[in-house]
Amino acid sequence: MKTILILGGGTAGTMMANKLRKQLPIDDYKIQVIDKDENHYYQPGFLFIPFGIYQPEEVVKKKKDLFSPYIDFILAEVDRIEVESNLVILKNGATLSYDVLIIATGSQVVPEETPQLKGKLWYKDIFDFYTYEGSVKLAEKLANWQGGRLVINLAETIIKCPVAPLEFTFLADAYFTEKGIRDKVSITYVTPLPGAFTKPKATKMLSQLLIEKSIEVIPDFYLQSVDNERKVLISYDEKEVPFDLLVSIPVNKGSDVIERSNIGDEDGLNFVPTDKYTLQAKAKENIFIIGDATNVPASKAGSVAHFEAEVLTENILSYIKGEPFKEKFDGHSNCFIETGYGKAALIDFNYTTEPLPGKFPFAGLGPLALLQESRINHWGKLAFKWVYWNMLLTGKKIPISHQMSMAGKINEEELIKK
Amino acid sequence: MNTLTSAPTLQVNEEGYLKNYQDWNRDWATEIAHQYNISLTPKHWDVLNWLRAKQAEGTALSVRKVGNSGIVDIKEFYALFPGGPLKISSRIAGIPKPASCI
Repeated sequence: MKTILILGGGTAGTMMANKLRKQLPIDDYKIQVIDKDENHYYQPGFLFIPFGIYQPEEVVKKKKDLFSPYIDFILAEVDRIEVESNLVILKNGATLSYDVLIIATGSQVVPEETPQLKGKLWYKDIFDFYTYEGSVKLAEKLANWQGGRLVINLAETIIKCPVAPLEFTFLADAYFTEKGIRDKVSITYVTPLPGAFTKPKATKMLSQLLIEKSIEVIPDFYLQSVDNERKVLISYDEKEVPFDLLVSIPVNKGSDVIERSNIGDEDGLNFVPTDKYTLQAKAKENIFIIGDATNVPASKAGSVAHFEAEVLTENILSYIKGEPFKEKFDGHSNCFIETGYGKAALIDFNYTTEPLPGKFPFAGLGPLALLQESRINHWGKLAFKWVYWNMLLTGKKIPISHQMSMAGKINEEELIKK
Repeated sequence: MNTLTSAPTLQVNEEGYLKNYQDWNRDWATEIAHQYNISLTPKHWDVLNWLRAKQAEGTALSVRKVGNSGIVDIKEFYALFPGGPLKISSRIAGIPKPASCI
């Protein structure tokens, strides 16, 4: 009997367990998943909770109910991985051995990385929405807020779901407009990047949204600290941005388990050095990394974890047969971008191809508009919750290839002609 | 703007970032640095070489990562490349402009 051990029962870990269980004989392979949290959160739903579009209870299920039979779910906290001896040590002292280890420990927001971000104004006038607690607390705040200066700030560029802060900004504009207090609210988007949009085609196609929605953008602002007394953000080059209500996207880091196991990237952010095509750990051949836990230059997003899971399932099957890897992950990502008022845009891209305009063929729904707002994209985003719980996590095939396709996309030459 | 008149001619994209990582050389980097009024010191070169090595490894980059590199802290990084340290140093290092997915 061999053991596949999966650290983390989030989106990536759950998909991997269920996909591998379909492929590996029960009598020969044990599949174990360890996680310290009994709840599985539908994280894309956190975006909608602050605006009352989703109720908190809609985004939570018990992890143990999401695994196929013959998968052992262990509710426990991991202390560390001992890479050389193929062991995982739990906080309670128990030791688990493995033949293949899959690290799916994700990414977390760490407001403590920024001085005074989590100070006396935390959950009073400063909120995050990337956690269940943060999004619920922010919903209460927004319901009663009478207006003022709303600032959305990204403390870092390597964050989970990089489009969510923009989606939040667009939804906030619609929310305050529908409430009839938009004239009492100013919305400012403060980013360490050179702009709210950074890719040439996306900038060209979507920048007008910021103007239409009267959103001020402050680029190249790298947050150093927060002054809770004066209610200002302070950058490393001593620029200041005042706020009445701050919605922060704090620094993201990988799991503390990575730090305790001493297998993180040298930069101290606890993401694991990973081959960006095979998803094998650089540290050892029987360790694989998936989802937000990797250091690959792909978005930290559920769609990426999904496409990676298809590649990694094949690659792990090859590995245990002693065969060369057959599949390569191309960095494929596919995300709806909520733009407010019942519309959304869609982007589809990979390591080498930036998001392009055109149409995205989708069996059943019909072609979806890329880099353009449409109602059908918004319905797609809402329908995705059902797809997530019932198809994605259970390891069913979804009719989108893990490799990005150029079908329907308008390439550079055609774009110049327009 | 597809060529830079004052720099040795290398292919760059519409924002002046080098198209081919392998084309990069120190003369070109020095010229680009001059456009930002930066004279490259050994410390600058350490940062540029580190960025190029990380890019070659296929690692996602950020200001904080440079600040944790052991070469400079974030304040020093700002002092070396004032204004937008990662976007400026990336351009000089011949690696892509720091970007989000859109």
